[in-house]
Amino acid sequence: MLAWLDPAHRRPLQVIAALAVATLLAAVAFMTVGAKGQWDFVLPFRGTKLAAMALVAYAIAVSTVLFQTVTANRILTPSIMGLDSLYILIQTSLVFAVGSSRVTTLGPQALFLTQCAAMIAFSWMLYRALFSGRMQSLHLVLLVGLVLGVLFRSLSNLMQRIMAPNEFVVLQDRLFANFNTVHSDVLLISAVALVAATLLGWRHLRTFDVLALGRDAAISLGVDYKATVTLILVIVSVLVSVSTALVGPVTFFGLLIASLAYQITGSSKHIHVLPVAILLAILTLVGGQIVLERVFAFETALSIIIEFAGGIAFIILTLRSAQR
Amino acid sequence: MIETKALTKSYGSAVVVDNVSLSLPRGGITSIIGANGAGKSTLLALISRLLTPTAGSVTVDGLDVATTAGDVLARRLSILRQDNHIAARLTIRDLVAFGRYPHSKGRMTAEDQRMVSEAISYLALDDIADRFLDEISGGQRQRAFVAMVLCQNTDYVLLDEPLNNLDMKHAVGMMKLLRRIADDLKKTFVIVIHDINFASIYSDRIVAMRDGIVVRQGSPAEIVRTDVLREIFGIDIAIHEVDGHRVGLYYL
Repeated sequence: MLAWLDPAHRRPLQVIAALAVATLLAAVAFMTVGAKGQWDFVLPFRGTKLAAMALVAYAIAVSTVLFQTVTANRILTPSIMGLDSLYILIQTSLVFAVGSSRVTTLGPQALFLTQCAAMIAFSWMLYRALFSGRMQSLHLVLLVGLVLGVLFRSLSNLMQRIMAPNEFVVLQDRLFANFNTVHSDVLLISAVALVAATLLGWRHLRTFDVLALGRDAAISLGVDYKATVTLILVIVSVLVSVSTALVGPVTFFGLLIASLAYQITGSSKHIHVLPVAILLAILTLVGGQIVLERVFAFETALSIIIEFAGGIAFIILTLRSAQR
Repeated sequence: MIETKALTKSYGSAVVVDNVSLSLPRGGITSIIGANGAGKSTLLALISRLLTPTAGSVTVDGLDVATTAGDVLARRLSILRQDNHIAARLTIRDLVAFGRYPHSKGRMTAEDQRMVSEAISYLALDDIADRFLDEISGGQRQRAFVAMVLCQNTDYVLLDEPLNNLDMKHAVGMMKLLRRIADDLKKTFVIVIHDINFASIYSDRIVAMRDGIVVRQGSPAEIVRTDVLREIFGIDIAIHEVDGHRVGLYYL
């Protein structure tokens, strides 16, 4: 194809290729560095973690980029819809109602499916309002999600304040993103959900580019706005539910990845930005996990490392856009 | 032909466009004039399906805009509104290329590329075609958006204040360009415009609105008159004839 030789394509393709190599190296390093003992134990053990990180990275990168496209805003993340808060509420209520010791013995698959179902049902209710025309504006729907998110968080806070301190410590540990406790049986369901969401969106990649121009321009260019927005929001909620249920909320990570991806890709086409964001996310997670395991010897949480970096990137981004 | 039937848009009890039945024939430039809040932009947005009417209907060449598929309409009618803000970081060329989306669905052919370059040169943006939208002036950005809409190559082009942010030279250039495209390519322009003199000199028809109602419509000779303009704007404007054009001196 001649289009691949076009200079407008060259830069994004170079970036994608470089990131792919770096990601591959990081993955190999993660699998092999510091490995002592039996390979047939080490490889499946680390492979499970690696697969979990790849799935989560994929879900967060794609969901954040698509969410920013649909809201035509580059500083929002799907967490504004209150899905993270719902996850926290579910976890808190579980520990509060049945006690931490019994929550730990619950089947991981059942727990995972319940969480996903609750989060998808919640977002479905929000979008049905958008679709049925009772709420015409996307921003109104987001605002409702935001307010409900605050409600969920307040309820969680209330329960956390009156629960026993030991229970709270167990709960807090569950609320930090953690790749060390992921179960392989949950991974398969997640992978299926992600593939389904990807297939759903694949045909519309070029339409998403148009959507980034904003509602009026998109409609003028013939995009079925409501249908496309609903499609994206459904994809986003599936992705967010899966990643949150897998490892817990990772607030800043998506913002960090999406902003970096826009800056280094040199193209605003989704067909370029999405692969860059996905690779960047995998690279960051795997790299962060290597640092966590080899430098900090597991003495902190991965989300702490990533959100520290993400928070700094967020501040720099805000300052730079304020200068413009 | 664009036809509106009893078109009404209200927000709560405020009626912005009030029972407008209008038919705009094919070809030429129609200017919509009127004071702020007269409902001009809302009318344009209703015609182009960006807003859903409270009552009434709009047809474009017999196609009802409420029921016709979006991409079918997008090959027939395009609109540019005021205040275009884009979150994505695009070059002028990227933006203009989006005008081909209704035809190419994102897979640009050589013919599409040629039309993009043509639209860019039409608006004299060749030198800065690869600059980013956030690195150029407001007037240049306005011209880039107009280039995108022209690149869409539709029979009907609706422009909401196309002269926004443009200096004298580019404002005149823009109107001359619209006139040339209307004459040579037989396109139909419907524009919202504030300067009655541009409306008078460059348009074939003028539609005047006040409080959501079409109060007058006709040729520039019929509308650009002291008594008619008083009815529309509520001020007295002396009209002079200069080189066969009717020009209003509204500064005094």
